[in-house]
Amino acid sequence: MSETFGRIETEFRAKRDAGHKLLVPYITGGYPGWQDAIRACAAQGADAVEIGIPFSDPVMDGPVIQQASQAALDRGATPQSVLDEVPRLDVEIPLLVMTYYNLVHHDGHRRFAHRLVEAGVSGCILPDLPLEESEPWTRAADHEGVETVMLAAPTAPDDRLPRVAARARGFLYSVGLLGVTGERDELAATATALAGRLKAITEVPVLVGVGVSNAEQAYEATRVADGVIQGASMMRRLIDQGPDAVGEYVAEVRASIDRH
Amino acid sequence: MTDTTPFDTRFDDDSLMSEPDPTGRFGEFGGRFVPETLVPACQQLEAGFREAWSDPEFRDELDTILRDYAGRPSMLTECFRLSEELGVRIFMKREDLNHTGSHKINNVLGQALLAKRMGKQRLVAETGAGQHGVATATAAALMGLDCKVYMGAVDVERQALNVFRMRLLGAEVEAVHSGSKTLKDAVNEAMRDWVATVDGSHYCLGSVMGPHPYPWMVRQFHRVIGDEAREQCRAATGGDPDVVVACVGGGSNAIGIFTGFVDTDARLVGVEPAGGAAVRHGVPGVVHGMRSYLMQDEYGQVEEALSISAGLDYPGVGPEHSWLSSIGRAEYPNVTDDEVVEAFQLLSRTEGIIPALESAHAIAWLSREAHTIQGQTVVVNLSGRGDKDVAQMMDVLGDRGEA
Repeated sequence: MSETFGRIETEFRAKRDAGHKLLVPYITGGYPGWQDAIRACAAQGADAVEIGIPFSDPVMDGPVIQQASQAALDRGATPQSVLDEVPRLDVEIPLLVMTYYNLVHHDGHRRFAHRLVEAGVSGCILPDLPLEESEPWTRAADHEGVETVMLAAPTAPDDRLPRVAARARGFLYSVGLLGVTGERDELAATATALAGRLKAITEVPVLVGVGVSNAEQAYEATRVADGVIQGASMMRRLIDQGPDAVGEYVAEVRASIDRH
Repeated sequence: MTDTTPFDTRFDDDSLMSEPDPTGRFGEFGGRFVPETLVPACQQLEAGFREAWSDPEFRDELDTILRDYAGRPSMLTECFRLSEELGVRIFMKREDLNHTGSHKINNVLGQALLAKRMGKQRLVAETGAGQHGVATATAAALMGLDCKVYMGAVDVERQALNVFRMRLLGAEVEAVHSGSKTLKDAVNEAMRDWVATVDGSHYCLGSVMGPHPYPWMVRQFHRVIGDEAREQCRAATGGDPDVVVACVGGGSNAIGIFTGFVDTDARLVGVEPAGGAAVRHGVPGVVHGMRSYLMQDEYGQVEEALSISAGLDYPGVGPEHSWLSSIGRAEYPNVTDDEVVEAFQLLSRTEGIIPALESAHAIAWLSREAHTIQGQTVVVNLSGRGDKDVAQMMDVLGDRGEA
């Protein structure tokens, strides 16, 4: 039986198998300049972009992304106002949404999944929806054709990881350290350790996120992992310098991981 | 269990207040909605609690600390003057007389003892009014654990005395400046800390909320309130009360006393602040690890709760309360800040007891509804004492020209 994958997983597997390391920047939807930042990411070699739909209580996010989310909410960003902009981004790469489960729960699983599809979003990441609670969402997402990226954490015992991996669509989000999103001086040892454990048990592309803070750390992480997700370091540049700086940074990370 | 001696803190595990289902749900409420990093920690905590709770040695040790350190059993005081004024026979369960001045100590001593048993060296906690923070800092000092308490910046200001207490007890207090700068943001920050330090830290959650097993575990640590109150009420009146009243923020003191009476005919009344009436005005939502009634806007963004009492400034409620409401076993009215201020003065004046502003919510409801329950017997859970609130009340009453 041949497996059929969604757009993200199809593209990511093909690129991975061709020896290409994957780069997924995160940008907070609704933050000033976010659309141009995503266009810049696409132009400078991102393989997909994760769009944050801001939530009032983002427990997996550190100060930078939390600040960006609050700023977006203060400017009136809503899930639909962010999704309404997505078709106008006019980028060729697949897009994902990262948000918190209450926004999905409140809207209704099927309706939210349908909104993503209508906007042209391929995948979804819900960091506060662990495997045991995920079924109502993943059923709706599968039905609508939305790829649900599952998170795997360094704290997981060996018998848990295969079950998480089996439920992942698109790619597997390997949480780089014990902690929330944000920049760190060094890549945590847990980042490559967990990526290695995951690579040993799954064919799904494994991307490291949380605590991958610069081009050199991205290079280090992709010695083991298939790719990286970078959020706080992207948003800090968007906040301090604007969308062009995000594009320049993506180009820098791209060049770094292409050394492999 | 009908042959318990009065004040026995043991209880019958087969009572109506059963444990949640294997997914941590009370009906459709509860669950475990946490980042993947915390799932193993919650599973370990659940296993650790189950094992400890069924171990007579752990229970004996906890009973001993509750008796010799916290001062249990707390008294049941009949309030003759207030009863006469309101036309209702009123008893107060005096959790305000516990060490540290509130019911919070019951849960914290249990969790700290459990954390130590599980090999954790550090407690992380959130606090609103500071009562849970003070209790956690106290338990940490008693048991030689490190302690960090997160508190909304707004609450740090209005509860300066409790901040000082926590620091005196050796805890680190961090003001949270994100969001509404109150209890819900302190919970977010405590959860972030726990995500980062889960190997060595125990999150000492302060109410019957959060991911499974917290709502159930915290209830078990607080049911001593209800078990004692039931025995004491029977000894004093020969029967069960008609009404049991408690205030509800997250709802730990309320669930503690309700547990003792859930299988009687008593009306169970959980009083919420009008500005944080999660059960009355909220809809089911998911935040802080649980599915429960939650105040949120049309998009699902969590709203800020507003109350004169920092301890009740919480937009959600524990899942077991949502369940008790949904099956009609308990009712959740709300009272205004003005009614609370009046109740605060009323109890002080009639009984010589200055209540915590949280507890004054229960008295406010009783005062307002007394005409509908004339001649009935009521047990009020006086969850905390008002020392921490007197400075704030000096300002409030001063502004009104009443102080």
